[in-house]
Amino acid sequence: MGITVSLENMEKIYERPKTLKKAVMHYCPGCGHGVAHRLVMEIVEELGIQENIIGVAPVGCSVFAYYYMDIDMQEAAHGRACAVATGIKRMMPDHYVFTYQGDGDLAAIGTNETIHACNRGENITIVFINNAIYGMTGGQMAPTTLLGQPATTCPMGREQVANGYPIRMSELVAQLPGTIYVERVAVNTPARVRKAKKALTKAFKSQELKKGTSFVEILSNCPSNWKMTPVDSNKWLDENMLPYYPLGLYKDEISGE
Amino acid sequence: MAKVKGAVVINTENCKGCGLCIHACPTDTLGFSKDINSKGFNYSEMVMDECIACMSCALVCPDAVITVYRMRKDKAV
Repeated sequence: MGITVSLENMEKIYERPKTLKKAVMHYCPGCGHGVAHRLVMEIVEELGIQENIIGVAPVGCSVFAYYYMDIDMQEAAHGRACAVATGIKRMMPDHYVFTYQGDGDLAAIGTNETIHACNRGENITIVFINNAIYGMTGGQMAPTTLLGQPATTCPMGREQVANGYPIRMSELVAQLPGTIYVERVAVNTPARVRKAKKALTKAFKSQELKKGTSFVEILSNCPSNWKMTPVDSNKWLDENMLPYYPLGLYKDEISGE
Repeated sequence: MAKVKGAVVINTENCKGCGLCIHACPTDTLGFSKDINSKGFNYSEMVMDECIACMSCALVCPDAVITVYRMRKDKAV
């Protein structure tokens, strides 16, 4: 049994955001999707835009995002979240609109929609969760899978000759004139979670300027399909993903510079 | 400087026992329970009264089951 501490004279400094529904998420223990969901919902709560925001859920592990986020949401066909969000934003320009997509949705089947939505400069926020593998379907190789990383469709590790190089989406969309804010963050340590929240807040607020697309890439772990414990998977992310996907701000034109 | 005292309350029924909060805790306040919850996970719980209310556990918790409390400044001893 653990110890019990009296809460007398204590003040609450952190609790689960009320915009996150009480349901238990279906994600595997230790999955970064839960942290990303919580951050988005904390921002919705802090900005007070629960009635004024529409999310677009993808296909992939986060396909049931609308079961957990207590806001208006729309499910899109696989990879088409940016296109659906474009339609919603054009019909309801006074609403905040965001897409929440994984790497199979955004960087594989939906690369076309993503690049063109960014290039058109739609006033939407794209939240991109990169865990370097296809999670829901059972750990197949994704476009973001690192060279040498094993997956069920490349058990000896990804090879450049047969499978090409991992795609760096943040660098790709940062070149497009339609984007105004592009940042890559991670959610594997407390400090990085704080930074991720700041980046997401900036991205959501940038919609008020109506100047272009904001894109936040969140590096996340996948303990089940990397076949590691959650703690080990966060270490693996540090050692292997960060050298290829460097964290940082790729583009910030919010201040008009 | 007075040491900041805190406490965490964990919704043990929804905890999936991933252990990220235990790894993130700088003061070894948290540990795995010997009991299991109804899903069969060894949930996370306070095992020592060393909490400094840094919120690291709550920030990394993927299931948002942790609530963090801090002793009021005027009540600190």
